[in-house]
Amino acid sequence: MPEEYRDVIIAGFGGQGVMLIGNLLAQAGMEYGLEVSFIPVYGAEMRGGTANCTVVLDKHPIGSPLVREPLSTIILNEPSLDKFQPRLSHGGVQVVNASLINKSLVDSDKQTVFIPANDMAHELGNGKLVNMVALGAWLKATRALPLSVVQDALHRVVNVHYAKLIPVNARALEVGYNFA
Amino acid sequence: MNPVERILIKGNEAVAFGAVDAGCRCYFGYPITPQNEIPEALSQLLPERGGQFVQAESEVAAVNMLLGAAACGIPAMTSSSGCGISLMQEGISYMAGSHIPGVLVNMQRGGPGLGDIGPSQGDYFQAVKGGGHGDHRNLVLAPSTAQECYDFMFRAFALAFKYTNPVMVLGDAIVGQIKEPVRRVPPSDAVPGEELARLAAPWRMEGYGQRGAGAQPRLLKSVYLAEGALAERNQLLAEKYEAMRSECAWECVDVDDATLVVVAFGSIARIARSTIRRLRAEGHRVGLFRPVTLFPFPSEALRSLLPGRRFLVMEQNLGQMVEDVRQALFGMPHVTSDTVKWHGIMPGLFINADELREPMMQSLKEVR
Amino acid sequence: MDARNLENLLRPAEGETLVFDTNPVLNERLTHYCPGCLHGIAHRLVSETLHELGVAERTILVAAVGCATFTYDYFNVDGLEAPHGRACAVATGVRRARPEAVIFTYQGDGDMAAIGMAESLHAANRGERITSFFINNTVYGMTGGQMAPTTLLGQKTTTTHDGRRMDREGGPVHLAEMMAGLDGVAFAARCALDSVKHVREAKKAMRKAFEVQLEGLGFGFLELLSSCPTNWHMDPVAASKHIVEAMIPVFPLGVFKDKTADSPSVVQKEGVPHA
Repeated sequence: MPEEYRDVIIAGFGGQGVMLIGNLLAQAGMEYGLEVSFIPVYGAEMRGGTANCTVVLDKHPIGSPLVREPLSTIILNEPSLDKFQPRLSHGGVQVVNASLINKSLVDSDKQTVFIPANDMAHELGNGKLVNMVALGAWLKATRALPLSVVQDALHRVVNVHYAKLIPVNARALEVGYNFA
Repeated sequence: MNPVERILIKGNEAVAFGAVDAGCRCYFGYPITPQNEIPEALSQLLPERGGQFVQAESEVAAVNMLLGAAACGIPAMTSSSGCGISLMQEGISYMAGSHIPGVLVNMQRGGPGLGDIGPSQGDYFQAVKGGGHGDHRNLVLAPSTAQECYDFMFRAFALAFKYTNPVMVLGDAIVGQIKEPVRRVPPSDAVPGEELARLAAPWRMEGYGQRGAGAQPRLLKSVYLAEGALAERNQLLAEKYEAMRSECAWECVDVDDATLVVVAFGSIARIARSTIRRLRAEGHRVGLFRPVTLFPFPSEALRSLLPGRRFLVMEQNLGQMVEDVRQALFGMPHVTSDTVKWHGIMPGLFINADELREPMMQSLKEVR
Repeated sequence: MDARNLENLLRPAEGETLVFDTNPVLNERLTHYCPGCLHGIAHRLVSETLHELGVAERTILVAAVGCATFTYDYFNVDGLEAPHGRACAVATGVRRARPEAVIFTYQGDGDMAAIGMAESLHAANRGERITSFFINNTVYGMTGGQMAPTTLLGQKTTTTHDGRRMDREGGPVHLAEMMAGLDGVAFAARCALDSVKHVREAKKAMRKAFEVQLEGLGFGFLELLSSCPTNWHMDPVAASKHIVEAMIPVFPLGVFKDKTADSPSVVQKEGVPHA
C-alpha cells in the first residue's frame, strides 16, 4: 500500500474507551484532510465484553474498512493481545498496555511500545484516561497525525457533558506521546 | 473541492440525516441491531422538524403505519434488519398492490433465523425478487459508503413517489456501522418536497373536502375480485416494473483494460475495491462492476462489458446476485459456463481485502 | 330484478312523498352482506354520526379484512385498505400524517381480537386519536363460520364441531373491558344491534366514540354485538334473540370507560360484569 495509508486495530475490554479513541483518531484524521473510516466490532454483550475497532487513514477513498493484518494495533488487555499480536503485519508496531499485560506474553520480534497506561492514567488522577495515554503513544510511534490535531479534535468527540474533562484528556495524550 | 464541511457519522446516522433532508416527515420502526442508530437519530431529528416518530410494537405494526402515512402522500419510512424485514413483507406487498410509496431501509444482518448481528447480503433475493406474496417488485438501492447512505435516501423518496412503489435501501452491518466523512448536502438528483407533494396530489388520502367542491371520495386498495380486474391491475404493475428499467445505476472501476471484472455490491464491493487496487499495483488487469440499483438490475451495462472479459461475482451469501448476472449474460455470443464465476463469503463474517485476494488470483489464472 | 331497478325503487315515484331517506355519507350501493346481517345497521349508524358531526369531508376510513373488507364501497369518504388485523396500525400512520383528519377503523372480531390484537391494543394504549368499531358476532363470517376469538363456550363452529371448550380453546375475548384498562383509551363501550332500544344506545355511544377523537382525548372504542344468521344457521329474528339470550349474558353491555365528563352513561348496563 502507498506510504500515506495507515490502519490500526484498537482492542480491549468494553468500558476501556476503545471506541472513543477510535472515533477521536478518525475525527482528527478527517479534520487533517484525510479520508478515514472507523468501524466497531462488539461482542454480544453491551458492557464488559471485549471490544475492538478498526480505523483506516488514507489520502485516497477507503475501500475495505477492515484489515486482517493491521499495520499497527493498540492493545489494552490480555485477550486482545492473544487475538491481534499474531496478526500484526511484518514491520508493524503495537502499543501494549503494560499495566494489565505480562511482558512475557509480548513477542520480542514485534516492534512494541510497552506502556503502563493504567498506572500513568492514575498518576494523572483519572484511571479512565488509559485509552488516551495509549493513543498518545501510538501517535508518536506511527507519526500518523500531529498530536495537536488529535488534541484539538477532542472538542468534537467528547460529549458536551464532559467538556470539562477535555484538558486532562489532552494532557493524557501528551503524556503517552512523550513516553513512546 | 466542495466547501461543505465533512461530518464523521455512521452509515445509519447518514440514513437518518438523508431522510429528513430529503423531506421524510414520518418514521415508524422497531429496534433491531445493527440499525438502531437510525431510529435513535430520527427520534430526535423528526420532532425538531414537526415530523412524527413512532416506536412501533412490532415490525408488523411499523410497516402498516408506514402504509398509512405513505398513503397520505407524506414522505415516510421504516428501517429494520433481517427477521424484522421478513415480518414486513405482508405490508410491502400491500403497498405494491395499492401503489403506495413506502421507503424501507434494510441493514442486513446474518441469517437465516435469528442469525447474528454481523454483515450479510443474504436478503438479496428477498429485496429484489419482491419478498412478499403475489407478483411485486421493490426498487432496490445498494449503498456502499456512508455518503451513499445519505445520498440514496433522496433517490429513494424520489423513486418511491415517481413510481408509487415501495423502495428498499439495502445496506448491511458494515454499511450501517461504518463511520466515514459525509457531506450533508442534497445530491444532484434530489427532488424537492413540493414536487413529491405534487406527485401525490392525484391519489393521496386526505378527506375529499381538501379537494374542493364536488370532489369524489378516493380509495386505495389492493383487492380486485371482479372478473379480470386483478389481471388488469397486474398488467399495470408489469408495465410499471418495465418502465423502472430506466432507473438502472451502476459504477465501473478500472474495467477498460480488465480481463477479469469483479461484480459486487454494497460493502463487499468496497472491500473488493481495496483488493483490486493492490492487484492493479502488481500489474493484474482486474476491474470492478458495482450494481447500484439491484432492481432494476443493470443488465445492459453488464452486457456491454462482455467481449473479452470474464466475471467473478463476489457476494456475502450462498449465491444470489450471481443468478441475475448469469441471466443478464445468458444467450449472448461467446458466453460459456466459464464466463461467470462465483465466490461466496459466508454471512456473519467481517471480512477484509486480503480474504478476497485468493479467489481473484484464481480467476485471473483461469482467464489466462 | 337487477340492482339498478332496485335502486330506482328506493327513490320516490311520481306522487309519492319521501318520508325516510339515507344520509349523504352512506351511498345507495347494494351491499354484499347476507340477508339479515346487522352490518347494514352499523354502517347506517356510523354514516349518520359522521353526517351529524359534519366531519365526513375530512374523514379517512381504514377498512379491515373479513366481511367488512368492502366497507369503503358504501361510505362516501376517502378509504384505505389495511392488511388483515392491521387497521389500527395503518390508522396510526394516517393519524401521524394527517393531524386534521377524522379517522375510523371498522373491524370484525377475527380481525381486531385475533390477528390484530397487538396492533389494536397498542394503538389504543398510545392514545392514538382514532375511533375503532369492533363488530362482534362470535364467528368468522367471510371464511365460512370458523371459530372466532369471541366464540361463546359451547358454540359449534366449523372448527369447533363439538362446541368451544374452555380447556381447549380458552374463553371468549372481552375486548371492551380490555380496552377500558388501557390509559390511552378515552371511551370504551359495548352495545348491541338487536333491538331499537339497543340501536339507539349504540348511536349515542358511537357519537361519544368519535367525540373523544375530535376533542383530542384519546382512543375511542365501541364494540357492537352483532349477528351472523348465515353461519349461525338462524333466521334474522332468531339471531337477534340469540344476541339477547346468549351473547349479552357473556358480553355485558355498558360504558366501561368515558373520559369526556361526569355525564350519565349513554348505555344502560345489562348482563353480568365480566370478572
